[in-house]
Order: sequence, then structure tokens, then C-alpha cells
Amino acid sequence: MIVILALGLSACGGDANRSSTGAGSGVITADGSSTVFPATEAIAEEFQKANPGTRVTVGSSGTSGGFQKFCRNEIDISDASRPIRSSEVDACKAAGIEYIELPVAYDGLAVVVNPKNTWATSMTVAELKKMWEPAAQGKIMRWNQIRSDWPDREIHLFGAGVDSGTFDYFTEVINGKTDASRGDYTSSEDDNVIVQGVSGDENALGYFGFAYYEQNKDKLKLVGVDDGDDANGKGPILPSPETVKDGTYRPLSRPIFIYPKLQSLERPEVNSFVEFYVMKGAPLIREVGYIPLSDREYELVRARFKERKTGSMFSGEAHSQMTLEQLLTR
Amino acid sequence: MTSRVDAIPPVRTEIVRHLGDRLLAGFGILATLLGLVTLGALLFDVFRDGFGRLSWQFLTSFPSRRASDAGIYAALIGSLYVIALTAVIAIPVGIAAALYLEEYANRRGRVARLIEINIANLAGVPSIIYGLLGLGLFVRWMRMGPSVLAGASTLALLVLPVVILATREALRAVPGTLREGSYALGATKWQTTWHQVLPAAFPSILTGLILALSRAIGETAPLITIGALTYVPFAPNSIWSPFTVLPIQVFNWVSRPQAAFAENAAAGIIVLLAVLLIMNGTAIALRDRLQKWRL
Amino acid sequence: MMSRSMRGRARRLTEFVIERLLFVCAAGSILVTAGIILVLAFETFEFLREVPITEFLFGTVWTPLFSDKHFGILPLAAGTLLIASIAMIVALPSGLLTAIYLSEYAPPGIRRIVRPTMEVLAGVPTVVYGYFALLFVTPILQSFLPGLSGFNALTPGIVMGIMILPLVSSLSEDALRSVPNGLREGAYALGATRMQAALRVVVPAALSGISAAAVLAVSRAIGETMIVAIAAGQQPRLTLDPRVPIEAMTAYIVQVALGDTPAGSLEYRTIFAVGMMLFISTFTLNLISNWLRERFREEYA
Repeated sequence: MIVILALGLSACGGDANRSSTGAGSGVITADGSSTVFPATEAIAEEFQKANPGTRVTVGSSGTSGGFQKFCRNEIDISDASRPIRSSEVDACKAAGIEYIELPVAYDGLAVVVNPKNTWATSMTVAELKKMWEPAAQGKIMRWNQIRSDWPDREIHLFGAGVDSGTFDYFTEVINGKTDASRGDYTSSEDDNVIVQGVSGDENALGYFGFAYYEQNKDKLKLVGVDDGDDANGKGPILPSPETVKDGTYRPLSRPIFIYPKLQSLERPEVNSFVEFYVMKGAPLIREVGYIPLSDREYELVRARFKERKTGSMFSGEAHSQMTLEQLLTR
Repeated sequence: MTSRVDAIPPVRTEIVRHLGDRLLAGFGILATLLGLVTLGALLFDVFRDGFGRLSWQFLTSFPSRRASDAGIYAALIGSLYVIALTAVIAIPVGIAAALYLEEYANRRGRVARLIEINIANLAGVPSIIYGLLGLGLFVRWMRMGPSVLAGASTLALLVLPVVILATREALRAVPGTLREGSYALGATKWQTTWHQVLPAAFPSILTGLILALSRAIGETAPLITIGALTYVPFAPNSIWSPFTVLPIQVFNWVSRPQAAFAENAAAGIIVLLAVLLIMNGTAIALRDRLQKWRL
Repeated sequence: MMSRSMRGRARRLTEFVIERLLFVCAAGSILVTAGIILVLAFETFEFLREVPITEFLFGTVWTPLFSDKHFGILPLAAGTLLIASIAMIVALPSGLLTAIYLSEYAPPGIRRIVRPTMEVLAGVPTVVYGYFALLFVTPILQSFLPGLSGFNALTPGIVMGIMILPLVSSLSEDALRSVPNGLREGAYALGATRMQAALRVVVPAALSGISAAAVLAVSRAIGETMIVAIAAGQQPRLTLDPRVPIEAMTAYIVQVALGDTPAGSLEYRTIFAVGMMLFISTFTLNLISNWLRERFREEYA
């Protein structure tokens, strides 16, 4: 009986995502990276305050999850903490979805431990790899297996889930290959879970976007990362707005992006929102804990938006050797 | 007939027996207190954390990244919207089913028994399974998307067994003489049911309905499964709209590590409990009022 | 103006139609059960086409979302069972003791206060219990057990036990009360104390009813979602250690539902496969509980 009733209603009604006609009254849907979420959330909030009547929903299904929805034409904007991949480029092409790749900020991926953790103040990239690579699954379970003078205690790992761009980026630059990671840890696309996990557990270690450290400084302790390359700074470097901006915090500094859909930009409300993002977003981005781009870089991004330049600057991998400025002017 | 000697038990056994008796009574009291004390601790904790956060601003604001600006308006409206729609779907079907089983069906018949067993089993299915059903059936197959309609349909299926059971109890309580008098005057079965039995059972039915719905308001898992969002900064404006509800908003805030959001969660819980209190209180008050009026 | 017989026929037609309509509503409940089974079975079947059932049922690693995929459900099942066991350790003795106290010892005034309070305890939404577990109970336990992780099995187990306590207590109490007074009075006549009467006569007599309550409580514990989703963690791991993060079956479903998985993918199907296991276990337990209760009723009805 209910089924018949519901069938009838669904036949008369429409798809939940279809926006109503009338300029500026549809819902602007953004989804994707949990890393980018605080930035998009802050900007959405200010935008809705400045433009009453507009509606923005922001999800955090993870970068890959966001792209999947995006290439299925289910959302207007994809938040991403890594560039779009080749498989996603193909999927969008097949579905006829065009997008504009807009870097909006820099993030320093923070490796954190519990404040009561007195031993792990810094780690090398090689040690991080030993801890997180696929071969570590089931085998590297205690702290003294990483460094022999560390205590003989269990390691409790918390990290990004597989749909997360943070996951893609971390695995590529630390483990050498995207998606290559051990599976026996607490994985979540929601970085809040990772914060809660690490802050409540003395034996824990986790990683997430820098904004989540900024907002929970009192509960977490940063681990300095030493990439073994003296060219960008000797010894372990802690992430901070300065070290991310000047490139010394390597390899865990990265740009984060939004990808608005070209067709959605024809709707005035979506256009104003993205415009608001690239024009007025910098102070909000700084507020949530990310590092705004340089003025020159923002100029290039705005130009890219105005010209509606589609396609990706990257060739499908998460990590590029060129700087943003170089990529934007190519 | 026992001798007098046997009738006087040794003193030591006597003490042990009575000690055992006292002990059991003591343990029993402790066990009973366990539940009460925990409830007290829970309420105390929630109120201590959340009471200071309650304000008109909290009730009328939308979620925000700043804990102090955040409010539960969207969730509150979402909950009310979903529950109203759930009621619209579940009540007619539930009452109709109960009427059939109580008034019309052949009690010994196989079909009726099968339906009864089936409803009893459905009452014991975990709520998240209903969420999976809703996801597969309403959201995907019928393409309703994660809308208020899909959420309400899922919750309607969840509370249906409760509605049916409660209505049946209410119908059973109506004295048979009422029905027989009606038949004696020449009324048909439906006329009897509609004009005599239902009005007589109405207060109890209403109470049962409100209690069933108050259970639905607290449900989180099935709505998360069908895709209710956790960040919805607007109130739903149609049955096709995406939505969030009070328990999901609380869940979202609990998941955020900042202490200020924990306060928000506690305040949200107070609002949720207040809504439940109002609903249950109304149910009981209505039942008492209407019964007096009936008599 | 209708003739008398026409009016009669119209009325009979109305009656017939109404009866059919009501029947459809009642029989619709069968459609719901069918719907649940169909949806779960269809997706599980598709899932099992790609994953051998032996791996699913007996595998010890659950990493369906990673590139190195393993689909052994045992870590999730172990997580659920660990928490459910802790919950039973809390709920069964306390619930039974409460029931014995209320049924054999307590004056009627106490019952009048306790019964409604228990109902309130049972009516609190589970997300509230989750909040209580994570933000109140875990910190307290961490001061006693220094190695306790923020996410663990102990806290949700204890909190869930208290949530289920009213269920065990009220059903057991009903069972104890159904035991005919004659049995009690016979025991008292022989000089038994209340404890002896309760433990040696009444409880054994009510055993089927009490077992039914216990089995139903286990079923509730297995199917419970929010407490474990908030407080137990998201790390599927095969362990008996209640102090470390684990993941329950229900929490896994929530985790995937909160993210995004495209319909029709293998990852999407995992939640239905897990759901199927959940459904089968709780359904079986409910059937056992019903059977026990029927047996009890036969003895005393």
C-alpha cells in the first residue's frame, strides 16, 4: 500500500537535486574532501549571510567520493585535496561534464600524536613509510619497531579513509604509490574522527589537513617531518603557515582545490558563490587554518575562473614538481 | 508430623539463611539503583554541559563552523517535517491493518496468524536494517533520493508494527457489548467499526500513536543510512528536499572534537528530550482527558 | 431513489471493498518483510558473485575499501560480539536481580516508582547514550585504566548494558510474576526464606521466560547502532581486548553510508552483505526467544 502510494508520488515529483527555476533560488551542492570542508563550509556560511535566500549544502564524503558524485552529475562543486585523477577525468568526459580547476589554498598535512606522547617529536619520511606502507599490515604494531629507543607500546593508527584526497596524497608522497597503504587502522573520511581518536589515546598517531590541527591545538601534538633533503631545510620541519608557504615543509605541503561544474556556473547563484570563493575567500581560509595563495597566484586563479578555462593542469597524479604559479601560467 | 526436635533448626543455618535473604535483597536494591543512578548521571551530565548553551539564538540558528553561532533550527524543523509525514503515511495503514486483524480476520485462520507472526518479527528487526531497506527501495530503486519523503517512508515502515500493536490493544479493550449492541440495531460491520468501535478506542489509539512517533523522532541510524545530511544550513521546504533531524545533528556535533561542540550536542540533546517529554506528556494527558469525556 | 434491495447491495459492496482494503493494509506488512529480504538478498547475492562465501564468513581481515581488498567479516562480527558480551555481563545479572527484587521483595510503592523510571531509561534515544558513553563514561574509565583508548569496546558495552537493563528486568519480572503464587506459598510453608523461595523455586520455574528475555536482549545488543558508532571506533580488528578501538557491524554500515559509494559497486554491496548477517542473526535470536516464551506460556497459561 505504502509502496503504491510512494510510487505514485515519485512519479509526480522530481529528483531531489533538481533546482527550481527562478534565478538564485536553487540549492548549491558541494561535496568531497574533508580537508577542504572547513574552508567551503566557512565560505558557504558567509555567502549565505551576505545573500539571504541562497542555500548551500556541503558534504564531506572524501575527495574520491566527491568526484564520483561530480562525474555522475549529482553535485555542482567538487572539493578536492588533490588534483583530479586520470580515471576521474575520463569518467567526467564520458558523462559530458566540464569543470574548472581552481586551487584555493595551501595545506600542510599534519602528522600528530597525543600530547602525552613524549617520544615521537619528529620522524623521517622513511620511518613514516615503514609505519604506513602495505607491508606494515599486521607486522609493525609497536612503537619500538620504528625506532628501537622508542617504548614498547602498541601503535594505534588513525588516518584518512580511501575516499579521501588526503589519503591519496599521503600514500603517494610517503609510500610512493597512490592508494598503497596498510588497512589495519582506524580510517575515516571525517577528519574529526581522527582528531578524537588521537586526542583520546596515548599510543595514537594520525594525519590530516593542517586546519584540523589548528582548531584542536590543545589536544594534539605535532610531529616534525624530516625529508632527508637539506636543500629545503635541515632536519625535521614542523608545519606552519610559513613553512608551508615557503616550501620547506616537504613533502607534505599541497594545494587544495575546488572544481565547479561548467554547466552549473550558468546558474547565477552558483556563479556568485564561486566568485565569492575566489575573490573574498582568503581571510576565511586563513581563519580556518589553511594557507591562502599568494596574491599573484590568486590573480591567476581569478583569471582562470573568468576565462572559464576548463581541464586540469596536472597530468593525473597527486603530486607535481612544478609550483602552482608555473602550472597556472602554462 | 515432625517431632519437636526437628522443628527447631540449628542456629547457624538459620543465620546463614537469613543472611542470604538480606544479601539478595541488598543486591536487588543495588541492581535496581544501578539503572536509576545511571539515568540520573546521564541527565545531570547533559544538563550540566548543555543548559548554559540553550537560548533563543540556539533554537533559531543554522549549523555553523563556529560552535557559538551554531543552532538547531534546521534539525528541529527537519524532525518535525519528517515526523509529520511519517504520521501521515503510517497512521492510516497501521490502523487499517489493526482493524483488519482485530475486527475482520478469522483468528484461527492461517493467513491471519501468518500476518500476526510477521508483524511481531518486524518489531524486532534492528532499525538500521530498515535503513538499508529504505536505501535500496526508496532512495535508489524508486529514485526518491535522500529526501524527506524517503526518510519518512523508511520511518513509517519502522513504526508500523508498533502502531499496529498499540491499535490492536486499544481495540481489544473496547467491550464486546458495544459491538453487539450495534449489530443488534442492524448495523453492518463497517458501520459498527467506524461509528462505535473506533471512537471508543480513539484515546488509547492516539496515545499509542504518539508514543510510536516519539520513538521515531529519536531514530538516527536508518536516516543516516538513507543519506540524511549532516551539514544542512537550511530548513527543508518540500518533501523532495534534503534534510537533517535532531538526533543526526547531535551525532554530528558529538563527532566534532572541539569542546564547544560538545556543549552544543548536550544542548541539542536537551531539546530532543524536551520534544519527547512534550509528546509523551501530551499523549498521557490526552488519554486521561478523552477518557473522562467518553465516560 | 434506490430500491431497498439496491441499497442493500450497495452496502454489501461497500462492506466488501472496505474489508479487502483493510486486508491489503494488513497483508502489506508481509510485503515489508519480503522487501527487506529481497533487498538484502539481491545485493548480497551480487556481492557473493565476486567474493567467495568462505572468505566472507571465515576471513579474518576486513579491508573492503582499500586497494588490497579483504572481505572477511570476522573482525566486524568479533567487534559486535565483544561489545554485546560486555553488555550482557552488565545487563543480565542486574536485570535479573532487579526483577527478583521487584517481584519478590519490594513493596508496591517502590514498584510504582521504579517501573516508569525503567521505561524512561529504555525510551532515551540511543544517540544520547552514545554522547554519554564517549564524553562522560570513557574519561572516567580512563582515570581507572590508564591504557584505555578513547575509542574502545568497554565503554559502549557498559552503556549498552544499562540501556538493555530495563528490557531484561521487565520481561524477567513478568515471567517471575506469572509463576503461580501457590508455588511460592508452598515454599514459604516449608520454612523457606524469600531468597530460598526466589532462587530455588520461582526462578527455576520462570527459567524459560527469563531465557527468552536474555535472548531478546542479546538480539537488541547486536542490532544497536549509535552507541557503537560514536564510542567504539572504526578499526575492524579481530581481538578480545576491550581497551582498543574496534568496529561493530552496525558501525561499519553507518561509516560507509556517511561517505559515498556508488550504487552497484562492490563497496556498496558490502553494507548489504553485512546487513544480511545482522538480519539473519537477530531474526534467529528473535525466533528462539519467541519459542522459549511460547514454551513458558504453555507451562503456566
